[in-house]
Amino acid sequence: MEQQTVTEDHAPTSAASTMDQRPGLHVDIGQRRRAQHNEVHITLKDVTVKYGTFTAVRGVSLEVPRKEITALIGPSGCGKSTLLRTLNRMNDLVPTASVAGSVRYNGEDIYDADVDPVEVRRRIGMVFQKPNPFPKSIYDNVAFGPRLNGVKRELDDIVEKSLRRAALWDEVKDKLGQSGLSLSGGQQQRLCIARAIAVDPDVILMDEPCSALDPIATLRIEELMREMTSDYTIVIVTHNMQQAARVSDRTAFFTVDVDNPQQERSGVLVEVDDTETIFTQASDERTEAYITGRFG
Amino acid sequence: MSTTLTTPEPSKLRGIGGGRADRLFRGTLIFAASSVLVILAAMIIRTTIEAWPVFAKEGLFGFVFGQQWSVGTSRSEVTGTYGAFPFIYGTIKTSLIAVVVAVPLAIGIALFTNEVAPKWLRRPLAYTVDTLAMVPSIVYALVGMYFFRLYVWGPAGQVIADSPLTSVPIIGGFFSGPVLLSSYWSAANILAIMILPIITAICRDVFAQVPEDERNAAYAMGATRWEVMSKVIVPHSFSGIVGGTMLGLGRALGETLAVAVLIGSSQRWAGRLFAGGDSMTAVIANTFADAHPEAIWALLAIGVTLFFITMFVNIGARLIVARVGGRVGGGAVI
Repeated sequence: MEQQTVTEDHAPTSAASTMDQRPGLHVDIGQRRRAQHNEVHITLKDVTVKYGTFTAVRGVSLEVPRKEITALIGPSGCGKSTLLRTLNRMNDLVPTASVAGSVRYNGEDIYDADVDPVEVRRRIGMVFQKPNPFPKSIYDNVAFGPRLNGVKRELDDIVEKSLRRAALWDEVKDKLGQSGLSLSGGQQQRLCIARAIAVDPDVILMDEPCSALDPIATLRIEELMREMTSDYTIVIVTHNMQQAARVSDRTAFFTVDVDNPQQERSGVLVEVDDTETIFTQASDERTEAYITGRFG
Repeated sequence: MSTTLTTPEPSKLRGIGGGRADRLFRGTLIFAASSVLVILAAMIIRTTIEAWPVFAKEGLFGFVFGQQWSVGTSRSEVTGTYGAFPFIYGTIKTSLIAVVVAVPLAIGIALFTNEVAPKWLRRPLAYTVDTLAMVPSIVYALVGMYFFRLYVWGPAGQVIADSPLTSVPIIGGFFSGPVLLSSYWSAANILAIMILPIITAICRDVFAQVPEDERNAAYAMGATRWEVMSKVIVPHSFSGIVGGTMLGLGRALGETLAVAVLIGSSQRWAGRLFAGGDSMTAVIANTFADAHPEAIWALLAIGVTLFFITMFVNIGARLIVARVGGRVGGGAVI
């Protein structure tokens, strides 16, 4: 079965000792030292995503542990957002997109012919780069997903629970009838998180969820993400290295590869490891170059 | 050695050439803009003056709600009886039915064109619908007269009149037979076809403006394509749809030729859908050619009334769009 664990199998290298000389890396790491990771929730095996003839991501194999945060980082165009969208079949909405390889969720391949993408998306929710509440009331925003599923009676409970879970309840409980668009950017993004968890998924994908927010709002979302790991598996795409270092348990570094025979540019996974390891003793020099700010 | 500083030549900043051209241009534009007002005012004032004797004799209430329309032959005074209710009723009835038929169809066409049809088909589809708007009114009238009326609306009306719908209390009588070929039903249907392009075009525009982010948010929560359309795209576009509908209604109210040919020209108004009737535009078009002066005044009075009805519809449309648009927070196009 797919119940294996991801263990730290890297040997410590001398790179750690040179840490202090690296410029521009003042991030808080080492808080989440893990002897062992949780069981695997999502497994990607040799995943290649193409848009028409253009290969956006090539040959990615990756394991996402349950109830942990996995960060996907890398320079622009490395396909990390594309990869994120293959995890809940959002790429199905792009007519030219095609996915090869396997994406297993709880051991089941979500790209099997008889799998309904709608069901996949109900279990694997998503939060987007720009806060995108519907032009409806706060209540209706959160109730949108449950209503799709035919929930009628416990709606109030679900809305309150979801808003509490997204740390927004206290700020909006007296104005649930107001438009979701009347909230601040950070509140809107938490509303979107509440909306995503209202359909009771167990994985939440976040595509640069803080890139449109100010530092304080960003911090609140990051705290929220840490809290949410008690119930949810989170995969986050971020451009912000400090953010990856602050919130994630594991980090996957992607880059743009042009060395293949066709000379086309496509995203590849360079390495994936514990966040701490990636940020202190990355085994690939490209990772190190990127996180120390030498390129990207 | 010492250097002398020279004063530069004045650089002629104070010319007046540009100013004069600007004033001339400005004047031209003011003339162009005000001409609209002048034309509009002239039309309202002139027709109202011509129609005044009829309003004076019948009274506004008597003219709008009177049911008797018997035309006199005088050149100088109002001798006939002019109650325009059957025509006002016919106009409003056919226009509303046209909207009821056209709006769902337009929303369906727009959703299919924007959301469902394969990319290569979208443009041709849009053009096809737009082409409907370019067909002259008289062509609609003829096609309605010699084809649709006989082979589509007549039989379809018969099916409805034979259906159990007629035994439903209150509304049953509305759908009862006999089915006449020239009727409110036929006129409403030709109107529906004629206002379809404008409503469809506006629906397409407002649907296209629904942000990709909102669709994706719904998809990411496990919405099906149908749910995204019905719960995100259409609600988001509501004010635009209302605006397009009102615009279509405005056109339907004013459309003349096709209605004049198809409505049946019966001066007796009837509650039934499949009965013949008359409309404001139809009675003007059908009778002005051999009308005596006082009848012309009466027809002008109908014209003035129609003008105010369409004006109120348009004002109403704008109010609704502004209100709905404000509540939902944007999305208004009209």
